[in-house]
Amino acid sequence: MRLPVKFIPLMATAFVLASLYIAGCVSFDGFGSLRVLVNLFGDNAVLGIAAVGATFVILSGGIDLSVGSVIAFTSILIAVLVGKGVSPFLAICIALLVGAAFGAFMGFLICAFELPPFLVTLAGMFLARGLGFIVHPQSLGITHPFFLDRVTNGLAIPLNDRISIPFTATCYVGIFLVALIGAHYTRFGRTIYAIGGDEHSAGLMGLPVNRTKLLTYTIAGLCSALAGVVYTFYMQSGDPASSIGLELDAIAAVVIGGTLLTGGVGFLAGTAMGVLIFGLIQTIITFKGDLNSWWTRIVVGFLVLMFILLQNAVSAISKRFGRKLGSAA
Amino acid sequence: MSAAATSTAPAPAPSGRFQKREIRWWSSLLWPVAGLALLLLFNLLFTPGFFHVEVREGHLYGVLIDILNHGSKVMLLSLGMAVVIATGGVDLSVGAVMAIAGAVAAQLINRPGVPFPAVIGIALGVAIIAGCWNGVLVGVFNVQPIVATLILMVAGRGVAQLITDGQIITFTDPRLTYVGNGGLLGLPFPVWLSLGMLAITGLLTRKTAVGLFIESVGDNQTASTYAGVRAGRVKFLVYAFCGLCAGLAGLVEASNIKCADANHAGLFLELDAILAVVVGGTPLTGGRFYLGGAIVGGLFIQTLTTTMYMQNVSADVAPVPKALVILIVCLLQAPVFRKKMGAVFRKKGTS
Repeated sequence: MRLPVKFIPLMATAFVLASLYIAGCVSFDGFGSLRVLVNLFGDNAVLGIAAVGATFVILSGGIDLSVGSVIAFTSILIAVLVGKGVSPFLAICIALLVGAAFGAFMGFLICAFELPPFLVTLAGMFLARGLGFIVHPQSLGITHPFFLDRVTNGLAIPLNDRISIPFTATCYVGIFLVALIGAHYTRFGRTIYAIGGDEHSAGLMGLPVNRTKLLTYTIAGLCSALAGVVYTFYMQSGDPASSIGLELDAIAAVVIGGTLLTGGVGFLAGTAMGVLIFGLIQTIITFKGDLNSWWTRIVVGFLVLMFILLQNAVSAISKRFGRKLGSAA
Repeated sequence: MSAAATSTAPAPAPSGRFQKREIRWWSSLLWPVAGLALLLLFNLLFTPGFFHVEVREGHLYGVLIDILNHGSKVMLLSLGMAVVIATGGVDLSVGAVMAIAGAVAAQLINRPGVPFPAVIGIALGVAIIAGCWNGVLVGVFNVQPIVATLILMVAGRGVAQLITDGQIITFTDPRLTYVGNGGLLGLPFPVWLSLGMLAITGLLTRKTAVGLFIESVGDNQTASTYAGVRAGRVKFLVYAFCGLCAGLAGLVEASNIKCADANHAGLFLELDAILAVVVGGTPLTGGRFYLGGAIVGGLFIQTLTTTMYMQNVSADVAPVPKALVILIVCLLQAPVFRKKMGAVFRKKGTS
């Protein structure tokens, strides 16, 4: 009885995604082409990877506002390191380590001192933003052949003679699959759901609450750093002023994906669809041409509202079902 | 947790509660004022000319006056934010509402035939409607405040762009520019505006039962509902009030720079406002609020920003000290941290 209720928001997300895509295909020539589809993944890889980390944190009942700043920080860090002659591989490893350590530090503050995640990650957002500008005050291009040639041409997977899957899209899909397995098929993933459902009960059940929460924020930091790495692949530069407000887009994508912001309910697949919805809206507005980009924000805000109201309805329904199940048992 | 505690323990007698608050009120101001004093002391020692105030054309000029002037936006916002946070919520949309109010005012003032009071009234009215929107979502539909206000934060800036048609609307009307640049009795007008709002808010919340209702809803919504407080209505009202404060701040901002910039008006000011409220001693968990603390917190943040500019810290690096302040304030407020530190000090005291 419960299963379908749990899946209603996910199905709604899929429905919105499908109708947006079909509407685009019907309205515009060339919208259904393979190139648009491939670019949808490639162009939204940064947001998508960041949203993966945000999903983990939100599922555990927390929130991470530092995403955009950490992306900017890692991107400029890589650009500076590569500019100084560090090999790209090492630079990327350092950036990922720094991102994960940053997340772990915030997680430590949240767990050890029971500080509100909202404020700690807000401080993390300011901190990473400022540190990025200390590393390098402006945007910095990367001229290393690894970024210029290998990532854009060598690592792209050709589909036919004109279209190839960009490496950023491959990164996104790969990270998403790893996260999917982590969330749904590991003990760690189930613990996150349990903590998000009820932290106190999870602790009483003997689950390692603090360790899991710490790990969740570490993963979120790592995802942000990964998004920063993909940003350097995508832009071939690092920019300390980039990705301002991306954390809110990520949270919006998570909500549109049907995840409850109170934690414990939601799916990574929903988040991926939320990110694609985000991308589709932007693509449609680009195709339409005469609409300005601020319509994206209004439409996204409207969708977030719709999904919140849907969640409210669903939780009311599931409460009624839950009572019936309880009395039957 | 708090629900269980309050439902088992009887509420303290009203008289005891009021006495307690009298003591709390001053002790709550102690920390923010001490922080502000520390910052001013630093400037006294290391920033030449920081305390220099002179009279020019009947107005006071100087760094301190600038801090008061520029800090008034955060102070106005923090008043509304304080009562929202007191109900256990938060309003992320104030920056976007500022942009909307500024955009409406700029569009109307450039239209001939619209009387000035109507311009101000409609701009503030739109801001209040935006606040009511948040209030309906939180108070009626019981949406979590972060999400509910996130909607307007994301969409609000788009709405403001729609109003300005994507342009930066400039205006020269002296009455509107007076709001952000004018002076009254030597002090800039925004300062008087903030002080006036502080007085009104203080009177409304502390001299009537409204403040008690707000705090009771934030402390324990279930218990206050059983006690006859209409929690939904209280929440609706605080968000509407927060919208009004954001509208005023938006007018000050637009008037100050004589244009409405939908993209940048009030950007990240919601975070400064939350920070000001938290620095002022209001816990994010709700149930208590200190308006005086919020005002001092707003001044503290503006002083910090100005100090960094005067110390030649680039505006881009400025978030780092701000972040450290947030963390320190959070730690000082955290019960766990206090307990640990308290244990350390007690050991020292006994030995």
